[in-house]
Amino acid sequence: MAFYTTSRWQQFCAVPAIVVFFAFWLLPMARLFALPAEKAWDTYFIVLTNTNYLLSLFNTVALSLAVTAISLALGGAVGVFLARHKFVGRAMFLSALTMPLSFPGVIIGFFVILLGGRQGLIPSLSDSLGLGRWTFAYHFIGLFLAYVYFSLPRAISAYAAAAQSIDRSLEESARILGANRWQIIRDIWIPELAPTTLACGAIIFATAMGAFGTAFTLASKFEVLPITIYSEFTNYANFAVAASLSISLGLVTWAALALARRRAGNLALGI
Amino acid sequence: MRTNPYLAALCLLVGVFMLGPVLLSVSAGFMQNYALGWRGGFTLQWLLEVWRGYGSTVLASIGIASAAVICTILIGLPCAYALARSKRTWALWFEELITLPVAVPGLATALALILVYGEFRGFRQHAAFILAGHVIFTMPFMVRVLTAAFRRPELRTMEEAASTLGASFKQRFLGVLIPAVLPAVLSGALMVFTLSIGEFNLTWMLHTPLTRTLPVGLADSYASMRIEIGSAYTFVFLIVVLPLLWLMQLSERMLAKRYAH
Repeated sequence: MAFYTTSRWQQFCAVPAIVVFFAFWLLPMARLFALPAEKAWDTYFIVLTNTNYLLSLFNTVALSLAVTAISLALGGAVGVFLARHKFVGRAMFLSALTMPLSFPGVIIGFFVILLGGRQGLIPSLSDSLGLGRWTFAYHFIGLFLAYVYFSLPRAISAYAAAAQSIDRSLEESARILGANRWQIIRDIWIPELAPTTLACGAIIFATAMGAFGTAFTLASKFEVLPITIYSEFTNYANFAVAASLSISLGLVTWAALALARRRAGNLALGI
Repeated sequence: MRTNPYLAALCLLVGVFMLGPVLLSVSAGFMQNYALGWRGGFTLQWLLEVWRGYGSTVLASIGIASAAVICTILIGLPCAYALARSKRTWALWFEELITLPVAVPGLATALALILVYGEFRGFRQHAAFILAGHVIFTMPFMVRVLTAAFRRPELRTMEEAASTLGASFKQRFLGVLIPAVLPAVLSGALMVFTLSIGEFNLTWMLHTPLTRTLPVGLADSYASMRIEIGSAYTFVFLIVVLPLLWLMQLSERMLAKRYAH
């Protein structure tokens, strides 16, 4: 242990951060946690006891699970492909694919409106083909496409990075030993990429659960929990219920990320 | 290696799915009439209308994002140093704790902030209220990048060398440590700036009619304006955020190269 580590200044360096974090997160969160109790103790469980909220939670979980599954499958295939093939413009293609990571959810909702909304491109196409106007933006399909849109870049970049660091000799040996393509995928690729799958899956699931902007823009008929919380808070001024629902939602996303972190380490934070 | 044609086609399809909407939105911002498409002719009228109606949101967003960068550096840099050097349990706990605002949905953080500070009218109606939310949300990104930089073994060696040569804590911190972690500061700053510019989940709850940011204005235009204006506004957002994204990727590559050996 070197003597400089005991500098008395060093300990004070974290003070501003602790003060700010306490004032603008811990204290507000403690207030949020205490609020439902002021109404009635069973307010904490309202997401489970009220059918409307339970349905909204169920919708959100189902949507997030579906989005996670399809994004991991597609992102895995594309990411591994890009990691294994060198072609002109590959780096640019990869960076173009990951560009939507910086888009707010509202923009992605708007993209879906441009594609499948009332004046959308696809409804006018299907109309001119004589199939009727296929407006999908404001239903489950619209929400699903939008969520896949903002989840895919994360999966693609994670898998592309992970696949690049996989030991190629494993695959060569398997091939020499006569393994076919499916056996190589099943016995080498999937186990080797499992930590990425777990970490990235948890991030995608948690992000989808908490996403607000996209659903807000689409004003979907398929109601998700963040929208329920928002309307309880702003339309009905039902603060205790909004707080309780936020706690439930926060616990789900936090648990998903914490579980994945325990298994896959620091990968599972996306930062 | 043999290229699987199905996989190549899938890649192309995903490329179209990811980039198609961006191109569609950009071109729609210049069309006279989205329903008529390119046959209706092109115009700059919508872009001008966006600038007139929402120009202030661009400046507000850049202002808030710059302030968030300054705050996260001023608060996060010393914090990262303390966390990197401390072996105490509280430091480990605190490092975990500050990542919570990223793990918990922004909506919950925003509700909590309003519950406690909503009564303080002056603060609630000021852009600083949004800034507080952004700082809490982006802080873990800055702290993580900087903690990793401060933990590098050669930095410990340099600090020790400076210390044995008689440098005071202030001299070591300002003269040795900060110059050594500058690339990480730059990388963190770009990350914080980009996150802050695009933040919506928190900001929508925290904003007031007088403190609107770019994504808040976007949501407003999507809900109340014609589709061409929404598209032109989206184009403005892309103009602001895409250069940042490229800079970020560039800085990451530079950082990787610098620390490669």
